[in-house]
Amino acid sequence: MTEGVKLHGHVEAINWNRIQDEKDVEVWNRLVNNFWIPEKIPLSNDVQSWNTLTQEEQTLTMRVFTGLTLLDTLQGTVGAVSLIPDSITQHEEAVYTNIAFMESVHAKSYSSIFSTLCSSKEIDEAFRWSLENENLQKKAQIVESYYHGDDPLKKKVASTLLESFLFYSGFYLPMYWSSRAKLTNTADLIRLIIRDEAVHGYYIGYKYQKGLEKLSEERRAELKEYTFELMYELYENEVQYTHDLYDGVGLSEDVKKFLHYNANKALMNLGYEAMFPSSVTDVNPSILSALSPNADENHDFFSGSGSSYVIGKAVNTEDEDWDF
Amino acid sequence: MPDAATTTSSRLIYFSSASGNTARFVEKLGAEAARIPLYARDPELTAQEPFVLLLPTYGGEEGKHSIPPQVLRFLKQEQNRKNLRGVIGAGNTNFGTAYCLAARKISAKCDVPLLYRFELMGTPDDVHNVSQGLEEFWKHLSRSRP
Ligand SMILES: Cc1cc2nc3c(=O)[nH]c(=O)nc-3n(C[C@H](O)[C@H](O)[C@H](O)COP(=O)(O)O)c2cc1C
Ligand SMILES: [Fe+2]
Ligand SMILES: [Fe+2]
Repeated sequence: MTEGVKLHGHVEAINWNRIQDEKDVEVWNRLVNNFWIPEKIPLSNDVQSWNTLTQEEQTLTMRVFTGLTLLDTLQGTVGAVSLIPDSITQHEEAVYTNIAFMESVHAKSYSSIFSTLCSSKEIDEAFRWSLENENLQKKAQIVESYYHGDDPLKKKVASTLLESFLFYSGFYLPMYWSSRAKLTNTADLIRLIIRDEAVHGYYIGYKYQKGLEKLSEERRAELKEYTFELMYELYENEVQYTHDLYDGVGLSEDVKKFLHYNANKALMNLGYEAMFPSSVTDVNPSILSALSPNADENHDFFSGSGSSYVIGKAVNTEDEDWDF
Repeated sequence: MPDAATTTSSRLIYFSSASGNTARFVEKLGAEAARIPLYARDPELTAQEPFVLLLPTYGGEEGKHSIPPQVLRFLKQEQNRKNLRGVIGAGNTNFGTAYCLAARKISAKCDVPLLYRFELMGTPDDVHNVSQGLEEFWKHLSRSRP
């Protein structure tokens, strides 16, 4: 993997007291505060719940998790690392090393889930499926080909689409189980991953937009076109992958809405407008509230509450430095 | 744009960090709006008219300190709190229970309604809803509080 990694002529010691981009420090701090390991989550409490799933549901769940393992492995060992040589600041390099490490934690946490819930024979079978599934392999290959390319901004686009879009065909399922009060500890763990991916996608997308600022109008237009082309290519593949996984349990259409919704967010992380209209992004409310427990509260100006408005529901306001 | 000016009569006051998602949303709204300054060395902003506050959440550990310090500094001015009529939150549902937490906290602390929430730079639907919602909101307020 040494090809593509440029070595600097000399190595300079990182000085965190001279900051060129305050986002580096902000994101670094947030990532450090977010640090977690799967051992902190009582996954074994899900064993009983796991046994209530049908054989087909168990197989589906394992396949989904091997798929997610593959993506986190790719992002941890190749993706985030490939961004390091293109860093503009040393602090940016440090953030990528943090991201790469957390991807390895994510990849390992799926193994914790497996070893808690399944037999090793079942685990091996699920990994074999992921090795043989064309659409899963294709999505990894598409992204990886850009990681080995030499365009720093295209790498960031591929990376942001992976962080903010490609995981969600998989993330759907633990949110679905959680909404039915199943595998709730597993869902807690996945929610930690989902939160991490939001910061990763935000940061890489932000650095992409910083990079765009210095380019000609023409180059910017070219990169935008490239982004949407890559999005379409990945999207078509995701749809196939979704059918492979979810047709058996009849959830494919529901999953696709979740894909559209997240595709829009991935594009926004890159500074582009949403691509899917609201008619196809109406994610099942139970999935949305599994993701964010108060996201379905109604705060739509007047609607739902006549002419009165809704004050934010009970939240702890004591942990802010109000000063008034 | 009230650059050097320290006072504003804008009906919409917002904060947006260097990533500029919220600023982009405001641009799409096309409404006159004032931005809370990013740096402590910038002059403070004071609202002279009733306004709605739009802000993103930057959550810390377990949701602590999720209101950007620039916004806390802005709210420290009594006149700004007096003129505050409502809050709109920007955020990302990936943050789970902390989704738009900063806006929720301000709504609860200052006893003003949380009018709307959206993610990142907002979809065309969000732009439409906020644009219409704000218009109705001000109409409604002028009727009920002459
Ligand atoms: C480090 C970090 C922490 C964040 N924390 C939260 C959060 O707790 N809740 C939330 O809803 N959004 C959170 N967000 C998402 C931001 O609120 C969102 O990206 C917003 O669009 C940023 O607005 P701006 O670009 O105008 O600053 C966070 C983003 C980052 C980078
Ligand atoms: Fe990850
Ligand atoms: Fe990630």
